[in-house]
This record gives sequence, C-alpha cells and structure tokens, in this order.
Amino acid sequence: MKIGVVISEGPYTHQAADTGYHFVKAALAKGHEVPRVFFYHDGVNVATRLSVPPQDERNIQKNWTELAKEHGIDMVVCIAAAQRRGLLDENEAERQGKDANNIAEGFRISGLGQLIEMAIQTDRLVMFGD
Amino acid sequence: MSDTKKFLYVNRKAPYGTIYALESLEVVLIGAAFEQEVALAFLDDGVFQLTKGQDTTGIGVKNFSPTFRALGDYDVNKLYVERESLEERGLSEDDLQEIMYEDEDDDWAEKPSIRIVSRAEMADIMAEQDVILSF
Amino acid sequence: MSTLHTVNKSPFETQTLLSCLNHCKDGDAVLLIEDGIYGGLAGTGLSEAIRQSASRVKIYVLNEDVKARGIPAERLMEEVTGVGYDGFVDLVTEHDRTQSWL
Repeated sequence: MKIGVVISEGPYTHQAADTGYHFVKAALAKGHEVPRVFFYHDGVNVATRLSVPPQDERNIQKNWTELAKEHGIDMVVCIAAAQRRGLLDENEAERQGKDANNIAEGFRISGLGQLIEMAIQTDRLVMFGD
Repeated sequence: MSDTKKFLYVNRKAPYGTIYALESLEVVLIGAAFEQEVALAFLDDGVFQLTKGQDTTGIGVKNFSPTFRALGDYDVNKLYVERESLEERGLSEDDLQEIMYEDEDDDWAEKPSIRIVSRAEMADIMAEQDVILSF
Repeated sequence: MSTLHTVNKSPFETQTLLSCLNHCKDGDAVLLIEDGIYGGLAGTGLSEAIRQSASRVKIYVLNEDVKARGIPAERLMEEVTGVGYDGFVDLVTEHDRTQSWL
C-alpha cells in the first residue's frame, strides 16, 4: 500500500518527528511504499543541517536523511512554513538575498501543492504533530 | 478509481495563540486548485476561528479571518460547524461571521457556506472522507 | 468502512481523547500514542468514560510509548490492546482512513 506521511511539529520539542520516523521504518519493513514525507508547521525544522544534538542523543535530521536515501523517499519541506522559520535552500537563499542556507541532504523545499498531491496519490495519509 | 477524493480539513484549535489555524487555511487555498471535493470542519476550539469582530491590531499579528469569506471564490463552500462545540463555549451561530458563496447551479444565488451540524452529523461527515487533514 | 483515530495527548491535559471518542463510529479503532497512552490507564477518573466507549470501538496503545513512560502493562485497562510500530502500520492499512487528533 502507498502511505503518505506528514510531520507537522518540530524536532526535539515534540515526539512527532520521532514517532513518524519509527512508523515509516515499520511501514517500509512491511513492504509498504512511503513515496513522500511532507514537513509542515514547525516540522520544517527537522530539515536543518545545522542542528548539533549531543553525541548520546539521536540525530533526527540524520535519521530521516539516511532513511530517505535508503528507500528513495521524497522529503518535501513546505516553502511557506520554511520561509517563516528561516529554512532556506541554496536557490531560495540567493533569491531572498540571504547569506546562508541550511537545508540538509535529502530534503527539498517546495509548495503545499506537494502535500495535496501526496494525499491524492497515496492510499492512506498519516499525520504526526501536536 | 475516481481521481477526485473527498478532503476534510479538521480545525480544532483557536486562532492566533498558535499558527495552526492560519497555516491550515493556506493549505485549503492551495488545495482548492486541485479540484478535489473539499469541506472544512470546525469543532472544539476550532469554532473560535470563525467569530466575527476579530481585531488583531493590538497583538501585531495578521488578521486572517476575512480570508474565510473569500473561500467561496475558490469553490470551497462547505464549512461544517459543530453545534455542541459552539454551545459548550457559550456561542451561537450569531457570533460567527457571515460567509456566503454564489451557487453556480442555482443561478448564482447567494447562500451561506457555514452549515451548523450536530456532533453525530459531524461524526458521519468525518466517516465519509477519503483524506482527513488535521491542523 | 472504518477509521483509525490516533490521539497523542494525555486526557488529563486536553479534551482531545474525549472529543475523538465522541466522534467515533461503531467499528472504528483508536490508537493512543505518545502522551496519549495515559488515556489507557486503569483506575483513573476518566477510565470509566473511556471503558464505555470501548464497547463500540477498539482501543490500542503503542507499546513503545507505554514502556518509555514506565507504565507496567497491568496498569492499563483490560479493554486496551498493546501494539508495536508494526501493529500501528497494520491498523493504518486495515482501516479506510486515518484521522490524527492533533
């Protein structure tokens, strides 16, 4: 079955990005497809490559990046939510005249249309948030 | 399989204290372009999103309540509001802003988009959907 | 046709679980995750209300979240069934839609 996933709450503060990660891993292990994960609200903060959690804690961004790489998951960060919260990729940083970008490998910034498209194209949609 | 799905946006949070209500509305507006069957549900504190007379000048946050009145232009005209949620909060339909749409199947007659439903009807509406997005 | 509902808030902090149960149809399932698992505790002020709903909907808790919070299985209501993340996935696919009570 095709399962779409939304992460709509920030990492470390809320468990949502962790629960979503374990859910996606379990779904893939069972042979389901997770073609896309959409990050919205504070969930976009998962995508920063600049977070440096203590060595003995899980690295939420790295977990997602590795899982996506292994299974070809399209990880989309909502552009409107990302811009509000200071998440920029190279193109966006240049376009907005900002001096840095911070999107981690495996994530791409795109519009909310990607969320609707995911909901249309998958058999189930599961949201993790607060 | 039909390529049109039934989408329900479930709004259970009050406006302004958190961004969920505004960012939910942004999804609705973008989603309207996909020509799916769209409805909005307002229950629990979500009913506070629709009150009239919102004035955010003092808190320096954008007042997005007028955007609800534009939804009709995007063919989003089913705003289900739960009666019990209103009553529990001491509200009635009169406390909500008037949101109208023009019914193209009825000679563009102006009709209200807000439909007050009971809790049991809300449960039925939820159970009819293909996709439920909660914000 | 049935729905899987997920609830991730403690019922002692918010009305979310009660609101969810009030909108369930017969044959639906409710999965308590994250802080939502406290809704599965036996002998609380809310257990009776939750137990009554359990006659028409199946209530599950996510084992990993229960264990993380130090709740022994015997402290949960008899009506509550524990599942792991793989069981969570099965619940999603077995029901026609998932409604997250965020």
